[in-house]
Amino acid sequence: MATSGTASLRGLPIPKPPVHQQLLNSVPVAVAIYAIVVGLIVYGSFAGAQNMGYNWQWYRVPQYLYSFTDDGFQWGEITIGLVATIRLSILSFALATFLGLVVALLRLSGLVVGSAVAVGFLELIRNIPLLVLLYLFYYVLGPIFGLDRYVASILTLAVFHSALISEIFRAGINAVAIGQWEAAKSIGMSTGQAYRYIILPQSVRFMLPPMTGEVVHLIKSSAIVSVIAVAELTTIGRNIISDTYMSFEIWFTVAAVYMVVTLILSIGVSFLERKYTVDQ
Amino acid sequence: MSSQPIIEARNVDKFYGNFHALKDVSISVHHGERVVVCGPSGSGKSTLIRCFNALENHSSGTLVVDGIEVFEGSKDVRKLRQEVGMVFQQFNLFPHLTVLENLMIGPMKVRKVSREQAEETARKYLDRVHIPEQAEKYPAQLSGGQQQRVAIARSLCMETRIMLFDEPTSALDPEMINEVLDVMVELAETGMTMVVVTHEMGFARKVADTMVFMEEGRIVEVAPPEQFFTAPSSERCRMFLAQILEH
Ligand SMILES: Nc1ncnc2c1ncn2[C@@H]1O[C@H](COP(=O)(O)OP(=O)(O)OP(=O)(O)O)[C@@H](O)[C@H]1O
Ligand SMILES: [Mg+2]
Repeated sequence: MATSGTASLRGLPIPKPPVHQQLLNSVPVAVAIYAIVVGLIVYGSFAGAQNMGYNWQWYRVPQYLYSFTDDGFQWGEITIGLVATIRLSILSFALATFLGLVVALLRLSGLVVGSAVAVGFLELIRNIPLLVLLYLFYYVLGPIFGLDRYVASILTLAVFHSALISEIFRAGINAVAIGQWEAAKSIGMSTGQAYRYIILPQSVRFMLPPMTGEVVHLIKSSAIVSVIAVAELTTIGRNIISDTYMSFEIWFTVAAVYMVVTLILSIGVSFLERKYTVDQ
Repeated sequence: MSSQPIIEARNVDKFYGNFHALKDVSISVHHGERVVVCGPSGSGKSTLIRCFNALENHSSGTLVVDGIEVFEGSKDVRKLRQEVGMVFQQFNLFPHLTVLENLMIGPMKVRKVSREQAEETARKYLDRVHIPEQAEKYPAQLSGGQQQRVAIARSLCMETRIMLFDEPTSALDPEMINEVLDVMVELAETGMTMVVVTHEMGFARKVADTMVFMEEGRIVEVAPPEQFFTAPSSERCRMFLAQILEH
């Protein structure tokens, strides 16, 4: 009998991919490829800078990270900027998570008004560029409601990311089996209790990977608030450059700082993920 | 058996969209009565007992459970569910909680009893279903039969007056069916009111006070087991029994 397709494969172990693919997917090879690509980019820009006669002054950079003066050890401006960026990101993310959860619950509530409001909000936010949203909050809503630039920045980032986060919540909540709802209800739980004790804790493991991506995204997009001169990493980088004209060194450094932070975050979360799968 | 029924359905109809899932169903269950419901797949057995604890809302007719009138949007739904336990075919244990936590969460969050008392109750019922040693494990670490017994204990911990079972053994490997049925027989001996959807006719013979046969959304036959198994009045029921008793 000519069995074909998936039917004949059922119950068999998944076939191993060909050797070259296994090699390509292995960690050392991936790291090597990554290193080569980054190396080429860095080399290319250094060579280019050399050609235009750029005067490298890397020795002046460390003082912007930390310094030892007569007063003792001191953090540099870039480090202070990084702390400001992290603070801004944490506050925005907390608010975005709250808003996102509310929007997701509204959408899932089954109330016609609730889901209409949620969908309207999502469409609105999704179709406004982040920069325009920031201008709206700072130049339009700012004067009306007396928001300072810091609050306007937090609100912008929170509202923008809440749209994406609400989708993550919705997908995570929907990924929990319907039987869990029925079991929770049949022991007399209210919808709120079912969410809190049964559904949300289980959706965490579905939400962790996309949520990490969203935090990384938020940290990166927080740089945009430099256009309204909120003191954070990018703004401070720009200020240093206007004082020192070391644009290449400072922008490289700032980019590296963003990258290190987001990488550390991703690695941290992948450990957390492992914990959540082991516990199940 | 007192004369006042603890579950009373009168002329209940249920539609899923245009599909008529329950047709003019009337049934009463008395305090302490054990009812076994059987019938072919799709005949509405699950739908019927899910209406009893308002997991589904019936479309018309009246349904009164433990003195509470059940209808869509009723404010008393949660009160009702605290009196009516349910055991599912797929167990539906909470996978992120240990066995003990599975049993304690209802009493603690819904009935607001103290942690100490919830744990005491949980251990008592875990004993009752013969798996006290599994308290600290997660559901995924248990066999199907053990999981279903935990699910029964979870329901018992709510100290409900009525227990509904929706094919509690049909997702189990054959060698585990009896350990679950034994627990259910013991439960029946405590005088619990039970409505059990099952095709385990040995169990039905042992514990049922009343047999119910459903087909295409209707209750076709209601009879005490002696009569049900020996002289069912409907031809369809006779054929159905012949079919499942063959095995
Ligand atoms: N949520 C739903 N939406 C639409 N139709 C449904 C829904 N739930 C059940 N039905 C239909 O209602 C009918 C009765 O379903 P029910 O689950 O009550 O049958 P059952 O007797 O329990 O069958 P089984 O032995 O297969 O569990 C079936 O035809 C089913 O397809
Ligand atoms: Mg069913």
